Amino acid sequence: MSGGVIGRRGLIGGGVVGATGLLLGGCDRVVQAPATRRILFMGEEMQMGLQRALMDRDALAPEYRPEQRSPIFRANGTRDPATPLYEALRAGNFADWRLIVGGLVARPLALSLADLGAMPQRAQITRHDCVEGWSAVGKWQGPRLGDVLRAGGLRDAARFIVFTCADLYGGKPYYESIDLVDAFHPQTILAWALNDRFLPVQNGAPCRLRVERQLGYKHAKYLMRIDAVASLDGIGKGKGGYWEDNVDYDWYAGI
Amino acid sequence: MDASSPDIPPPGALIRRHGLATRVWHWVNAVAIFVLIGSGLGISNAHPRLYWGVYGANFDQAWWQLPRFPAWITIPASYNLAISRRWHLFFALVLGFGLLAYMIWSLVDRHFQRDLTLRRRELTARHLWADFRAHLDFRFHDPEAPRAYNVFQKLSYVGVLFVALPLVILTGIALSPGMNAAWPWVLDLFGGRQSARSVHFLCMVAIAAFTVVHLALVILAGAGNELRSMVTGRWRVPPDGQVDAVGDPVVRGPVVTGEPR
Repeated sequence: MSGGVIGRRGLIGGGVVGATGLLLGGCDRVVQAPATRRILFMGEEMQMGLQRALMDRDALAPEYRPEQRSPIFRANGTRDPATPLYEALRAGNFADWRLIVGGLVARPLALSLADLGAMPQRAQITRHDCVEGWSAVGKWQGPRLGDVLRAGGLRDAARFIVFTCADLYGGKPYYESIDLVDAFHPQTILAWALNDRFLPVQNGAPCRLRVERQLGYKHAKYLMRIDAVASLDGIGKGKGGYWEDNVDYDWYAGI
Repeated sequence: MDASSPDIPPPGALIRRHGLATRVWHWVNAVAIFVLIGSGLGISNAHPRLYWGVYGANFDQAWWQLPRFPAWITIPASYNLAISRRWHLFFALVLGFGLLAYMIWSLVDRHFQRDLTLRRRELTARHLWADFRAHLDFRFHDPEAPRAYNVFQKLSYVGVLFVALPLVILTGIALSPGMNAAWPWVLDLFGGRQSARSVHFLCMVAIAAFTVVHLALVILAGAGNELRSMVTGRWRVPPDGQVDAVGDPVVRGPVVTGEPR
């Protein structure tokens, strides 16, 4: 009888493990079906809707004290664009670099580092959260994106701001996009300084986006162009960013 | 289940054990926990280091260097952070709102007050010891009140419902940079995002451990009977709270189909 007991329990235990394996495998098959994939991907819109409903439009990301900064601010993604254009700009200490502000603006701009430094500045010690799970705290400084867009005279038709970068992925520039809620958020800045120094190359020199209520991959580095657009269709593969286009990352990265 | 009911259902009787809310939530939650643990382990593989405090990255001191979780336990099987996150963040909503709905429902229909309230008498060393001994004998039910949960069931259900699940949800919320702006107090509660991430993982370990023990006890208490009670709500009273060596209730005498209320 005892042998039977072990046999039956073993069977049940084995069944549980086997069923777990089948279910896990099932999850992978489920997500390949377009209909279920659509449902699963609706999670992003639900999370975004909930978060936007729960937060004030200008609710601030936490800011930290100087001694709370990471001793070493980790860099991720591209650490050096290393394109001929970027190498040339870097060799000249970015004196020839111009940030183009175009698209749906009344007055297209070409801003130098000195121009960005001459605008009203915001400095903030904030936490950078990578989608992978790590966090680093650093001090960023630069003009508000909102002020830059106002200087350009944003047109009413504009719905998204698209950032085009100097670094290439698969031969095309990295790009990202945010909506106007985040574009005009008081902590959304075009940072040219990290921890009171010009941005190191690995962190996005000469200028990167800080969009503090979203994950790290939204914070486009090595900025070259900012375009106001009515729709993300026709830009890249239409999902609003390199990772969104190519590996299913959420466009709304507030979580 | 009403422990104070004067009529004790006789052994072998088929009685109503679990209410509709409990049954519906149990299975919705079972799916959610399954997906959340699998996808969460996939997310962990992206940066398998845990830290305390606000920040934490490769140059900082990790208190736990986690193993790389193998393909058979992660969703999806092959490493894909984006798809793991899609699963995780969708089912996080199922878990959170499911628990909220279940809690409201169970407070209103008094399931919590009736079945999960720990009585002083149950928490005495003598009672706990006696119940522990009964567990070792595979006797999980008080023959005087077979519908009632035993004290260890109550403690573990209370621990999971009111500690582990709320904590895993709150630490999950604390990981969201958007929610940090919306509800900064959640972040403050845990002393920083990386601390919240560590607590989130530890809650998962606790919930996984609960699930393993729970499944083992379901099998020991009679898998067929327990499964049916969580599907149809009907549960057969074991004689004197006993189960046979295989774990199924030993039924002696006539089977009475009793109506508990």
